[in-house]
Amino acid sequence: MLEKIKEFAGDFFVTGDPLIYGADVSIALALISIITVLTYFKKWGWLWREWLTTVDHKRIGIMYIIASILMLFRGGVDALLMRTQIALPDVHFLEPEHYNQIFTTHGVIMILFMAMPLMFGLFNIVVPLQIGARDVAYPFLNSLSFWMFFFGAMLFNMSFVIGGSPDAGWLSYAPLSELSHSPGVGQDFYIWGIQISGIGSLATGINFIVTILKMRAPGMKLMQMPMFSWSVLSSCVTIIFAFPILTVTLALLFLDRYLGAHFFTLDGGGNPMMYVNLIWMWGHPEVYIVVLPAFGIYSEIVATFSKKKLFGYKSMVFAMMIISVLSFFTWLHHFFTMGSGADVNAFFAITTMLIAIPTGVKVFNWLFTMFRGRITFSTPMMWTIAFIPCFVIGGMTGVLLSVAPADFQFHNSYFLIAHFHQVLIGGVAFGYFAGLYYWWPKMFGFKLNEKLGKWAFWLWNIGFYVCFMPQYFLGLDGMTRRVSEYSWDMGWGPLNLVSTIGGFLMGIGFLFQVWQIAHSIKFMERDTTGDPWNGRTLEWSIPSPAPLYNFATLPQVQNQDDWWEDKQRKANGLPSTKKPQPLEPIHMPKNSAIPFIMSVCWFVAGFGFVFDWLIFAIPGMIGVFICLLARSFSYDTDYYIPVDEIKRTEAALRGAN
Amino acid sequence: MLTRKFKTRPFMAAHTDTAHGSHAGGGHGHDEHHEHEHESMKTFGFWLFLMTDCILFATLFATYIVLKGNTNGGPTAHELFEMPGIIASTFILLTSSFTSGLAVLAMHKKNVKGLIMWLGVTVLLGASFVALEVTEFIKMVHEGATISTSAFLSGFFTLVGTHGLHVSLGLFWMIGLMIQLSRRGITPVTQRKVNVISLYWHFLDVVWIFVFTIVYMMGVM
Amino acid sequence: MKKRSVMKRITAAFMLTLTMVLLSGCNPMVLDPKGPVGDSQRDLIWISTLLCAIIIVPVLILTAVIVWRYRDKPGNKAAYKPKWEHSTKLETIWWGIPIVIIVILAVVTVRYTYHLEPSKPLESEKEPLVIEVTSLDWKWLFTYPEQNIATVNYLKFPEDRPIEFKLTSDAPMNSFWIPQLGGQIYTMSGMAMTLFLQADEPGVYYGAGANFTGKDFGKMRFDATATSEEEFAAWVQEVKGTGTELTMDGYGKLAEQGTAEIQSFSGYPQGLFNSIVNKYAVPGSGGHHHGGESTESAEYSKASTDEAKSTADDQEMNMDMDAEMDMDHEHHADHE
Repeated sequence: MLEKIKEFAGDFFVTGDPLIYGADVSIALALISIITVLTYFKKWGWLWREWLTTVDHKRIGIMYIIASILMLFRGGVDALLMRTQIALPDVHFLEPEHYNQIFTTHGVIMILFMAMPLMFGLFNIVVPLQIGARDVAYPFLNSLSFWMFFFGAMLFNMSFVIGGSPDAGWLSYAPLSELSHSPGVGQDFYIWGIQISGIGSLATGINFIVTILKMRAPGMKLMQMPMFSWSVLSSCVTIIFAFPILTVTLALLFLDRYLGAHFFTLDGGGNPMMYVNLIWMWGHPEVYIVVLPAFGIYSEIVATFSKKKLFGYKSMVFAMMIISVLSFFTWLHHFFTMGSGADVNAFFAITTMLIAIPTGVKVFNWLFTMFRGRITFSTPMMWTIAFIPCFVIGGMTGVLLSVAPADFQFHNSYFLIAHFHQVLIGGVAFGYFAGLYYWWPKMFGFKLNEKLGKWAFWLWNIGFYVCFMPQYFLGLDGMTRRVSEYSWDMGWGPLNLVSTIGGFLMGIGFLFQVWQIAHSIKFMERDTTGDPWNGRTLEWSIPSPAPLYNFATLPQVQNQDDWWEDKQRKANGLPSTKKPQPLEPIHMPKNSAIPFIMSVCWFVAGFGFVFDWLIFAIPGMIGVFICLLARSFSYDTDYYIPVDEIKRTEAALRGAN
Repeated sequence: MLTRKFKTRPFMAAHTDTAHGSHAGGGHGHDEHHEHEHESMKTFGFWLFLMTDCILFATLFATYIVLKGNTNGGPTAHELFEMPGIIASTFILLTSSFTSGLAVLAMHKKNVKGLIMWLGVTVLLGASFVALEVTEFIKMVHEGATISTSAFLSGFFTLVGTHGLHVSLGLFWMIGLMIQLSRRGITPVTQRKVNVISLYWHFLDVVWIFVFTIVYMMGVM
Repeated sequence: MKKRSVMKRITAAFMLTLTMVLLSGCNPMVLDPKGPVGDSQRDLIWISTLLCAIIIVPVLILTAVIVWRYRDKPGNKAAYKPKWEHSTKLETIWWGIPIVIIVILAVVTVRYTYHLEPSKPLESEKEPLVIEVTSLDWKWLFTYPEQNIATVNYLKFPEDRPIEFKLTSDAPMNSFWIPQLGGQIYTMSGMAMTLFLQADEPGVYYGAGANFTGKDFGKMRFDATATSEEEFAAWVQEVKGTGTELTMDGYGKLAEQGTAEIQSFSGYPQGLFNSIVNKYAVPGSGGHHHGGESTESAEYSKASTDEAKSTADDQEMNMDMDAEMDMDHEHHADHE
């Protein structure tokens, strides 16, 4: 009996590596301390009422951001482990199996569980405030999206200690990811972790399209909408077209593994190349999904900190829409080397290059927003300025990669690695950091410490170039991606060492950011104005942090940059064009436990499918079903905030002015 | 206290007979207008959902077409499909789409009973469609044509099965809605729900027409 | 302050990269090709880099200048026009410039794409040498149909003569890459891809399996040695004389997951490569269904017919693997 338990535990838990045991211990300690703290301070009820069941977009946004920062930590540790392994030739720090797991989880986590939730967090916090709405279109669905993401991510991360991590690369090309070549449960964790959170992402896409199209403040025309909201719209449109393809692809892979179907298998008539095509039909738009909102963030910040209107508004909108459309016609450039023939390769090379045109236009527009402006160098602006050269160079290497015959030499090498990290870090991460610094006061009511922020900024930037510039040369020197070892005679040692040093500099930069947040919480100065950056758009017209209902009365919009125009009128002694609106009771959605419970059920079901334990899978799916019915049958889903309460809240928030 | 000028776009409207009792008086007109707006917003969201579902099916159709010829020595479409049963189930589903339309008409006439009755007919027709499909599948499996026989059959079972799963979910949903209608009658909320489900039902009908043409017709041809 | 730091960073980045190149000792492989394909690809890389630089360098300079000139500092005399947000003339210019550059680059790319189509034979007076490449978990099998020898994890071929690589896989997809000779092509199960390469001078060239295929894929490196014709002939004789023969069973063992040392075989089962391809080619859909290029399949079929004819003379058709399918394949080829 004991033997059996031992044997089971040996298979069930990941064993045999001191690193894993260390992680086990720290995970256990963290859990215990969280539980202790919550119990000691009697915070369980608070956690449940205020956070776990909330449907408030601002709180959901904050939860997204916290989760994504945790994931950034995990993904970053993965990255540093990898860089340590390949810092020098012939290092035996990680075995190949372990290295393969780490680059797989690094990729998945950074794109799907770090970039996506950080992006959704910013969507949630900013979009309703920016367009003068009181919440998103479907607050319940929004909460469900978050919890689906969260439990999907948890399921994926669990593979680290239970069952074993996936190790077939972040896109898990078939047939490597098929049962024939990856018999472990890692690949099933991959499928279910991503599938569950992917459904959440799809729902968020729908939610924000409706929010933006239907819930703008009275008077706000589409072409007066802040650029960030435009970028969210284009990103969400891309989401709803791309994510169903992912859902299907993962489902088919699951059927292959679980029921022995032959979609992508080597035998039975399966077609592995179809997997590669399908996954990139989602995967390529996916990178535009994450980068477009970053473009929106830069547009907001560059205008605010240049104290000047965004240049070329129409061009900007047009460019983003072109990018969203083109992003669906370039997927094949990820495998020019499949040898589809010159016609096909030439076509996809050209569609890929075309994307450079609208992107280039955007860069010019940002530059000319600064031109004849007055630039202040606050942290959000510094990230924005650093983004331009970084992204321009990354974009250039992207164009080089799109030249199909040249790609035969770049493909699968460190040149490619350097390129996509340059656009994903320089373009996406820098953008989200900028956005986080910029909207932080709106979320929490205080600014982050600028001095520590600048330290973090320089460490990240210098670290970035030190880390990735050498990788271009390593790629040209024949170093292929995903190798965990190389010998001395390859001559790749010195550049790899430099690159690893750069990686650690970025790691230190991250620590500075954590310190910055901790420091700012302790020594914060409250922002009493609600408009600490002298902003231009509606989110700055309300107190920080925004009250539950966001706007006591809905703003009446007449201009692009309405809040800025209003401030200008006041500064020039002109009367405001806004008539004060009478306060009225505000209709609000009620909190709901269903999203949380339903996501837990998904988690249980997913766990059951991973291990093929129907005893978990069936009750989990039944739970999901019951939650759906419960939602359909609940009619008491909202309430009104009375005028008195609004008055009290507003007095308390604005009293300081 | 409540004026008509007031525009609260953002919230899930829904029926709020208890929550704001204190200012309900005189506010009814506003409430209805406002509810209407919210319900139409939900319908719009459902259209977007249908679009994503469209892409989901499009992807499944694409994989089916790619794999169609890969029979791996197993049975081919020509050997497997029995058209009479398929034509019968096609007619059943088309009829159910028609009856769901009649349900909506009854709703517009404020005829709760008629509405529930026609929904019930739709459910019955839908259930017999699913039953026919399940019988077809079981028969195939008995003949040794399973999802793991060949890539062609993997594509077939997945595509047709996904459609069947959609229909089955729709059935539960419709039954749930019938219960809600019998309890609450026709309100803006239930009205929106009926509209949405009939939209969903028509959508599944259209998808089936594609399944019928691309899978069955082209299969036996 | 800002300009200095931005400029400093840019120069620092350039200096850094420069030092790196020096540090690494020599030219990176891709920029130091030893064959016509690699040469053209290097040229293309430089042309496209320069074309991009035409736009990138001015943008970088412009960024630094604008950030410096319009910084918010008391006494800054530069113009400040907070409402200036549109200029049709300027916007036309910067829609125009990238369009022009991309059009030029697209023309260059398309020409090179056709010129460098991997399955296109190289111009040469000499007949190409055919080498069949099979990627296995985690090793390379090279078979020389004309010489009837096989090697594992190393390649030898004569310099200055086109090599026609036929690529397939009996494992998850890999990618066959010899950077100094030219770019890579995937090895995919059920398909035979063609890649022409040529070494212009003798030497030992590094080769790699570039696409991830699981645990020990990193060990799928091989040396590709180009020698003179005489040396090559001598080597073939040596292998024929000393090595053992690769049997079907031997292949089965070789194909199992695991790494392998360098090996040479004095012979191998005729039609081995075709049977590996046909093992995964889809029955019922007429062969190479998997996304491969049609011209390639046709070309491959031709080649395989030739081979089939030559093998027909051989008495011993020692093939227990998919013999029927191979016959099937011959029929197809005959139809064409």
